[in-house]
Amino acid sequence: MQWEVVIGLEIHVQLSTKSKIFSGASTAYGAEPNTQACAVDLGLPGVLPVFNGEALKKSVMFGLAIGAQINERSVFDRKNYFYPDSPKAYQISQLYYPIVGEGFIDVDLEDGSQKRIGVTRAHMEEDAGKSLHESFHNQTGIDLNRAGTPLLEIVSEPDMRSAKEAVAYMRKIHSIVRYLGVSDGNMQEGSFRCDANVSLRPKGQKEFGTRAELKNINSFRFVEKAINVEIERQMDILESGGTVVQETRLYDADKNETRSMRSKEEANDYRYFPDPDLLPIVISAEEIEAIRSTLPELPDAKCARYMDTLALSEKDAKALTVDRDMADYYEAVQQAIGDAKMAANWILGDVAALNNKHAIEFKECPVSPEQLIGLLKRIQDNTISGKIAKEVFEAMYAGEGDADTIIDKKGLKQITDTGAIEAIIDEIIANNPSQVAEFQSGKDKLIGFFVGQVMKASKGKANPGQVNQLLQTKLKP
Amino acid sequence: MHNKTIAELSAGLKAGEFTSVELTQSYLNRIDSLDEQLNSFITVTPELALEQAKQADAQRATGHVGILNGIPLAQKDIFCTKGVKTSCGSKMLEPFISPYDATTITKFNDSGAIMLGKTNMDEFAMGSSNETSWYGPVKNPWQLDSVPGGSSGGSAAVVAARLAPAATGTDTGGSIRQPASFCGITGLKPTYGRVSRYGMIAFASSLDQAGPMTRTAEDAALMLNVMAGLDSRDSTSVDEAVPDYTADLNNSLSGLKIGLPKEYFSEGLDDAVAKVIESAVKEYEKMGASVKEISLPTSNLAVPTYYIIAPSECSSNLSRIDGVRYGYRCEDPKDLNDLYIRSRGEGFGAEVKRRILVGTYALSEGFYDAYYVKAQKTRRLISNDFNQAFADVDVIMGPAAPSTAFKLGELSDDPITMYLSDIYTIAVNLAGLPGMSIPAGFANGMPVGLQLIGQHFAESKLLNIAHQFQQETDWHTQTPDAFK
Repeated sequence: MQWEVVIGLEIHVQLSTKSKIFSGASTAYGAEPNTQACAVDLGLPGVLPVFNGEALKKSVMFGLAIGAQINERSVFDRKNYFYPDSPKAYQISQLYYPIVGEGFIDVDLEDGSQKRIGVTRAHMEEDAGKSLHESFHNQTGIDLNRAGTPLLEIVSEPDMRSAKEAVAYMRKIHSIVRYLGVSDGNMQEGSFRCDANVSLRPKGQKEFGTRAELKNINSFRFVEKAINVEIERQMDILESGGTVVQETRLYDADKNETRSMRSKEEANDYRYFPDPDLLPIVISAEEIEAIRSTLPELPDAKCARYMDTLALSEKDAKALTVDRDMADYYEAVQQAIGDAKMAANWILGDVAALNNKHAIEFKECPVSPEQLIGLLKRIQDNTISGKIAKEVFEAMYAGEGDADTIIDKKGLKQITDTGAIEAIIDEIIANNPSQVAEFQSGKDKLIGFFVGQVMKASKGKANPGQVNQLLQTKLKP
Repeated sequence: MHNKTIAELSAGLKAGEFTSVELTQSYLNRIDSLDEQLNSFITVTPELALEQAKQADAQRATGHVGILNGIPLAQKDIFCTKGVKTSCGSKMLEPFISPYDATTITKFNDSGAIMLGKTNMDEFAMGSSNETSWYGPVKNPWQLDSVPGGSSGGSAAVVAARLAPAATGTDTGGSIRQPASFCGITGLKPTYGRVSRYGMIAFASSLDQAGPMTRTAEDAALMLNVMAGLDSRDSTSVDEAVPDYTADLNNSLSGLKIGLPKEYFSEGLDDAVAKVIESAVKEYEKMGASVKEISLPTSNLAVPTYYIIAPSECSSNLSRIDGVRYGYRCEDPKDLNDLYIRSRGEGFGAEVKRRILVGTYALSEGFYDAYYVKAQKTRRLISNDFNQAFADVDVIMGPAAPSTAFKLGELSDDPITMYLSDIYTIAVNLAGLPGMSIPAGFANGMPVGLQLIGQHFAESKLLNIAHQFQQETDWHTQTPDAFK
């Protein structure tokens, strides 16, 4: 039978507020356990939550960015369950009235086509703490530093039909939240996590099949792998006449398999009800418009602008706009040197290549936009050739200083003195009589040989244009 | 000294008749010799109290101090007090020393008031008789075989027995007014949001409100002056100006329109209590007030509505007390579930468990709409009833409780009758209104409280109405013989 895959994603985005969503404690990552947990985060008797308006602003920014309905009145609910890293034994979330209603994003698929994926809703909630199972013999440690960190949970429609589509959707959401600055999107630190609902149905059938929910997948690569192994697992069951059980499953990256965490029967009854400690969150149409006016240019708009006004190819424009840091970098360089194509080639070429090689994010690139501008200006004013520039760039990347310093120190300045170039050419002509004769008898292609010899003798520093011109004159019979 | 009100004691301190240390010591001595009969304190804090008194005296010597400076008070054990056991009447929190102060405690500390100790209460404020306390029941100072009411029974007994000039209470369904009525003192439950709930251990968050328990309306006004106000730590506290609550005390009541809900004078009300209330109302007529019968047709829905909403909220609020981070933990838990089940099973008392179970059930999938959502709707209807009534009258009056204090153990096995003892007070919490109980006379030898219900933020008006009554009557000055 032909099976159709149906995937919906729930993405948890940590909102980059300084303090927690309901307390004044810091949200900074990596502190000693329980040093960033105040009385409210510890769930002491008598404490009360106070909502952090920054989380609202950032959530609204996301909603506006995906063209979603912003609910002027949203309500926090309690989701009740016992677990040691949930200090109040309930999580404050938004079930009945979320802040962000229906929206959508357009994602690019590998075949070059676009697909619209619906976003059902996005709601604010607090993160839990962490259970530490290592280094406590027969016991579990609890770190509540993360407890109360603001999250935006973004729930998609079941619109995706393959693992690749799911990854494309996830990447697009990642790109948007980073553009907006509402999250650092750091997946290693858990600022961007994903649960995937996966089911299969016979092609052509309208009703959905029974789904499994894959929990807490923390990288783009694992999302794709986890969904694919889950699809295979379900297909095996269905092909052999079995039925898929509705359950929550955990992806084990080491074994590349999913395994059951809890079945539907074991699922908690969360007993949601409106949190009486918090007033409904009310935001006026004017306040929403004020937030709209602070939205930065988003990747799709930026990409279109690069194509329209900078005449970049679609491929280059897309590549430059996925990551906001890369786009910001590009714009700084492009504006300073006034050559959109040259800037694009360098950033998508040499800069990206070395970043990838060293697994470095654009915002941590050791060559600053100003340094790259300094280098490209030296190409433009003929101080160095494009080829020498690559050598200078590598030295800059290695931390050896600015372009001018490196050019000076290494003596890489291009030779543009006609007399000096003529002297080298004369020597080459004298040393290669047979090639000269061949050239003069009509073997034009040999010009390449002579250019190469001159460049070699000048250690690449001779201006290639001048070399060519002078050779043509001197080699004339 | 112990028969004086806050206002009188404050004047004495100011005049230098005695120091706060002397005053505090005299109350500590009374507690030491008399509380054994009452069991009204869970914790007495003599060292802390005397230290605070010393500071209050020093502060007074340096110049201007507030009215409460140097005045000893008793705090209900529901308020978190830094460095002092805060048990909430439960075995579950027997080991809990709070690392922080409730906002109310901070405000009293800042005002220079002295904390004598923490008063006994029904476990987690769930009860109407103080019999659910893990620390044993409090006795009614008027008759030691009777209950003091609950849940603020310890505070009511302390004030009635003159073991402190005043105390704090909290009121979720009548927990200030009913014990005030049973013990013959003045109790005020402010408008929901008037007093911060931060650091007050939550029973039912949408209903809980702290207030003063005093001998006189004037003292209640002095206490409320300190307690009231917006708190950035409590989102449900209201940004409403805090007036000087003593300013209107002496206003004339001529022309005051009193509403008597017929539903509060029907079946279930003790005849002797009804007589006391009627004569109290006559007293107001003498002062120039007019009286009108009104109707609160949804009165019969108040108790059932309350017993969905309050348990629902408490089932969630009490979940954090799980034996993991603080409080009671069972011996040798064999795994996580065992730790939860045995710690909570051994730590919570029967009434608390009953309400947790009722609330858990009411919030469960498939029942939520039928119970919780419906209860919220009836809550709105109850609130609308009051709004309509207040279109015609300035204040609603009636009994605070259907009877006088019952005997210890009398209703222990009858939760429904016990719940009905709050029948006249619960609707006020559901509507978020301010309510008071003031001593109005005696029935069968026990005190009877007159309940005053006002519009939102009408505390000044209620205090004025109460104070004027206390200018004309002396019920509030009566003291049980054993504690004179």
